[in-house]
Amino acid sequence: MSKLLGRPLVVGALALAAGFLVLALGLGLAGYDPALSLGALWRGAFGSWYALSSATLVRAVPLIVLGLGVALAFRAGALNIGAEGQFYAGAIAATWVGVHAVGWPAPVAVGAVWVAATVAGVVWIGVPVLLKLRFGVLEVISTLLLNFVAEAAVSYAVTGPLQEARRVYPESDPIAEAARLPLLHDSRLHAGLGVALLLAVALWLLFTRTAWGFRLRAVGLGPRAAEVSGRIPVKRVIAGALLWSGAFAGLGGGIEISGVTYRLFQNLSPGYGFTAIAVALLARLNPLGVIATGLLFGALEAGAQGMQREAGVPAVAVSVAEAVIILVILLAEVLARRATERSVAGLAAEEAA
Amino acid sequence: MSDGGAILTGFLAAAVRISTPLLLAATGEMINERAGVINLGVEGAMLAGALASAIGAAAGGPWLGVVAAVLAGVAMAGLFSAAAIGARTDQIITGTAVTLLAVGLTGAIYRRAFGSGGPGLSLPTMGAVPIPGLRAIPVIGPALFEQPALTYVGWVLVPIAWWFLFRSWWGLALRATGESAEAARASGVPVRRVQTLATLGGGALAGLAGATLVLAQVGTFAEKMTAGRGFIAIAIVVLGRWHPVGVLLAALFFGGANALQYAFQAMGLSVPYQLFLVMPYALALLALAGAVGRARAPAGLGR
Repeated sequence: MSKLLGRPLVVGALALAAGFLVLALGLGLAGYDPALSLGALWRGAFGSWYALSSATLVRAVPLIVLGLGVALAFRAGALNIGAEGQFYAGAIAATWVGVHAVGWPAPVAVGAVWVAATVAGVVWIGVPVLLKLRFGVLEVISTLLLNFVAEAAVSYAVTGPLQEARRVYPESDPIAEAARLPLLHDSRLHAGLGVALLLAVALWLLFTRTAWGFRLRAVGLGPRAAEVSGRIPVKRVIAGALLWSGAFAGLGGGIEISGVTYRLFQNLSPGYGFTAIAVALLARLNPLGVIATGLLFGALEAGAQGMQREAGVPAVAVSVAEAVIILVILLAEVLARRATERSVAGLAAEEAA
Repeated sequence: MSDGGAILTGFLAAAVRISTPLLLAATGEMINERAGVINLGVEGAMLAGALASAIGAAAGGPWLGVVAAVLAGVAMAGLFSAAAIGARTDQIITGTAVTLLAVGLTGAIYRRAFGSGGPGLSLPTMGAVPIPGLRAIPVIGPALFEQPALTYVGWVLVPIAWWFLFRSWWGLALRATGESAEAARASGVPVRRVQTLATLGGGALAGLAGATLVLAQVGTFAEKMTAGRGFIAIAIVVLGRWHPVGVLLAALFFGGANALQYAFQAMGLSVPYQLFLVMPYALALLALAGAVGRARAPAGLGR
């Protein structure tokens, strides 16, 4: 049993099962029909080609990109809980550039939109990084608080400087055609999926094949040991990891604007930044794993919409499943670690005897 | 009373009203942080308390709502404790998960209990309880002493928390646990029990804070209505340097910053309303930057 808990796939399956079980129980207790609700969830995610391509995969893209960002920071032991805010910062910048990109060649327009979004994400997380380095403020709290600031900034942007030309609706004008990503035939699936997959592979190579990846891991596993060893500039590694994490999240916002909505509005994200934490944790911070868990949670989010349409269950209910999945993974990690410690202690005792 | 005096009274009254849930939640979080436990689930406990108070109040009046809210807060903190203290999972991520859970649960239960059709729910709110004598003080009397009962509960908790932390044996054991669990255990303190009880107490106060929001302020429940107040309470604990009086002052400071909105409106100044939305969070960041260097967190916090 304890040996099994060390295997990511087993733990993942266990966590998923527990998540759905609790969700079904909760729905039953709250008076919904669990079978109908979960059926609707399935159909919303995989019930048709359109559901798969235009709901599940479209939602998986931001989750993969943000999940990679979260995983990057968590690897270095830096807890970026603010991917949601960085996503919005990226979306604001992307929209601002995108509406001005009329008549630009498409690659330039898309490139400019993405660069703007990435920079905005870096700037947004730059504040917590600065606060951490200069004043020792916990990045957990500062990144969290900035989520709310970013939401207010979106609200200001879409009723102020970026509001659509007629000044009626709280949303921006659509971005220029040139800045929009090509779509897969007969669907809403856009080229951002390819980018997300490429980023995942690239990050996996960086994690596993470079000194930078090693330093990140060393700092994450034991900042004090890494510091004492004298070879690793711990503060710089952590700051770098956070800034890159913000870059990913910001880019995620840019991809969402250029590939899905084409415009900025409030509640653009159904909590992608928070779900991304579950995505990264379930993948054990492994970039290739993030592809799988991003797809999974994309399906969950898409299914949640189906559940709301068909069974009247509020879509937000799936966060119950997400929370349970996170908790089960945390528990499994603790149990696996203890088992390892026990067997190490057992071996040591045998040696001594 | 002069116009300026009326504006000042209105401003102070609003500041105190807004600060009350923050004070309650932060006092609770301070207690568990003093025991070495940082609980980001305080936001979720507050949200659960808010919904429970709405359901309780709709069923049996405001005080039943208060009891339900405290129980809901304790339940959320209990879940957090079971994982983070019982099994020693990472406190930060566990707290985040508990908040996520509360968002999902309250969203699902709320629509089931009250329907999805907008503001269909209007609860009887708790009226102000004027304190005879004190309320007659000019300007500040009507601001400070014509408040709902829960505001006074928050104030009374300040000296109680101070006495508990700094004058009682349990408070000593709790602080010792927060500074060094190893040393406390060695001297016979039941460390896990202390941490668990402190966290449950923190959850109870977070639930109460949610009840204040619903029963003494808004009069209804809305999805995600706590809007990060639990996280601001955590910032308040830091700003208040883990001391009951400091927490009271920090909570009032935040209440005041929020209440500026009403003062500006009363004075006829127009500023984008988002600026006021941002104010508490921006202030929290500034306060953290200024406070962290000078104040020292319990040495064992988060371990």
